[in-house]
Amino acid sequence: MSKDTLFDKVWDLHKVSSLPGGSDQVFIGLHLIHEVTSPQAFGALKDKNLKVKFPNRTVATVDHIVPTDNQSRPFKDNLAEQMIETLERNCLQHKIRFFNIGSGNQGIVHVVAPELGLTQPGMTIACGDSHTSTHGAFGSIAFGIGTSQVRDVLATQTIAMNKLKVRQIWCENKLSHGVYAKDLVLHIINKLGVKAGVGFAYEFAGPAINELSMEERMTICNMSIEGGARCGYINPDEKTFSYIKNKLCAPKNEDWDKALLWWKSLKSDEDSIFDDLIKLDASKVEPTVTWGITPGQSVGINQQIPVLEKLSPNDQFVAKEAYEYMGFKPGQSIKNTPVDVCFIGSCTNGRISDLRVAAKLLKDRKVSKTVKAFVVPGSEKVAAKAKQEGLDKIFKESGFQWREPGCSMCLAMNSDKLIGNQVSASSSNRNFKGRQGSPTGRTLLMSPAMVAAAAINGKVSDVREFINK
Amino acid sequence: MKSEFIPPIGKILQISGKCISLIGNDIDTDRIIPARFLKCINFDALGKSVFEDDRKTLKGRHPLDLEENKNASILIVNSNFGCGSSREHAPQALMRWGIKAIIGESFAEIFYSNCIAIGIPCFTLPKKSIQDIQKCIENKSLFLEIDLKNCLAKSKDFNFILEIKESSRKMFLSGEWDATATLLENEILVERKYKELPYIKFDYDF
Repeated sequence: MSKDTLFDKVWDLHKVSSLPGGSDQVFIGLHLIHEVTSPQAFGALKDKNLKVKFPNRTVATVDHIVPTDNQSRPFKDNLAEQMIETLERNCLQHKIRFFNIGSGNQGIVHVVAPELGLTQPGMTIACGDSHTSTHGAFGSIAFGIGTSQVRDVLATQTIAMNKLKVRQIWCENKLSHGVYAKDLVLHIINKLGVKAGVGFAYEFAGPAINELSMEERMTICNMSIEGGARCGYINPDEKTFSYIKNKLCAPKNEDWDKALLWWKSLKSDEDSIFDDLIKLDASKVEPTVTWGITPGQSVGINQQIPVLEKLSPNDQFVAKEAYEYMGFKPGQSIKNTPVDVCFIGSCTNGRISDLRVAAKLLKDRKVSKTVKAFVVPGSEKVAAKAKQEGLDKIFKESGFQWREPGCSMCLAMNSDKLIGNQVSASSSNRNFKGRQGSPTGRTLLMSPAMVAAAAINGKVSDVREFINK
Repeated sequence: MKSEFIPPIGKILQISGKCISLIGNDIDTDRIIPARFLKCINFDALGKSVFEDDRKTLKGRHPLDLEENKNASILIVNSNFGCGSSREHAPQALMRWGIKAIIGESFAEIFYSNCIAIGIPCFTLPKKSIQDIQKCIENKSLFLEIDLKNCLAKSKDFNFILEIKESSRKMFLSGEWDATATLLENEILVERKYKELPYIKFDYDF
């Protein structure tokens, strides 16, 4: 059993009671809600005649269903309009802070909370969204919950949960030039598998992790869930603290000093005990692209799609399904695979640093005529910053469409969808069958830089061939 | 919808029903209920859309569409079932289709806790046992009687000791799987915790 890790410290601090059968009642320090998984929870509160216990600990925004072309109200899609109205009504009724479209602070919930300074080390954070693990980048314990648990957090500010085991993933050395956090996390998921993390929190550590910016760390923790781990985190350091400082909701003045002192005490002790420990060499990671229908089915850009015999017996069933669905042949190169749509955005890679990397590559270059390319900033703040830096112009001049913030084609709940069996190069997090809105659509996950490279060439390309020129 | 949906309530001690098998690892919640069906403010209409895209692709040959599975209620699955999105819409859709319990090699974590929270016990069995059951179902109907107290699944041909998290088993036996009431009991402890937490004191100015 793990001992003296950040996870243990934060869990123990928030534990309210032991429940029958070995689960714990855990206090949730920050609860984030959005329009898709909250309406039924508010409905259940009404049915049970309960009120929101601590309205000041819940914050709302709208992201999944928002259109990215025209956000004027009412939305063209009646169902989407009904969902945003329901959220507006629930927030108003229960006195919950809501960052609506046009507030300057709306966006994807996992982009918004960190940039507002809501996400802080040592907190427990829950949201009805599996990518809540993102917030672990700050040394918080953050995980996705379902709607019934959203109801529980609203009503009691706690949930019932079994304590997780802790696996440390130690990343030695540094990522090489042209290789990004997205490549590293895809590599980790490929090595460990998509279900290895079930029952675990992942602690990402080591020199390669320390080297990453906060936004890169968010990309890593964001995809913990794709490796099966509901929660992923990184011990906070000076980068964490300076990212939070002066953000809207960050502690101020003498509170800042107190917070800093406490935050510094949270990291896993030198002699902490983990339930499991994995080591890997980050310098060996190549730009990585998925070829299949799970985020674990990826290869380095210069590798071939694995043949069946090279895969473990457990992976062969899904591999066969993937070859068939994707229309790829075992042994085929992933490089030069033609793409139809290029999407930059999502809670994984829709932040300002992601847009900067892509824009740098796209400057003075054009998107291939065979490709539809669009960029969806992760939040209104990201969009504003990008405009201030002139990134929107670079994107537009290259042939990318510049859109309004939201989740967009990561899960295609708005009108941004693949058509038929189009292939997308996507900076998002899931390549599941039908994920991007077409039941036969095909998704290749990669870093934003790799999406930009694919957009220029109209096919999967090695971004290093651009940046090393 | 096959008949009017009645959600489970109170103690869940026994579940008996016909088994239906879905073969495949890593079946994600996007497949169980595609995102376009999440545009709703209640779960009521989800039952008919469960596995919509997979079913359309198989044109009536999907297990959920076979006449002989019409009244099945125990779902047999392989490994990492329910991975991906946290959408409770996935188990809600399965439940509204008629699923009352799931037996699998393994489950994704959030999906598992969503099932427990809405009254669908999820049990695990070793890979070999699951494959035996799935093979059996290919040829004939299999009815199982699940006894939660003893974690036992019985049929004419099989007897299995099922695994389930002890916390979940206890909740079903006591009828407290709908956790809100249990959590509310500790309201005083929760309020104390709220006051104790360091960061509440440096609360941001809303």
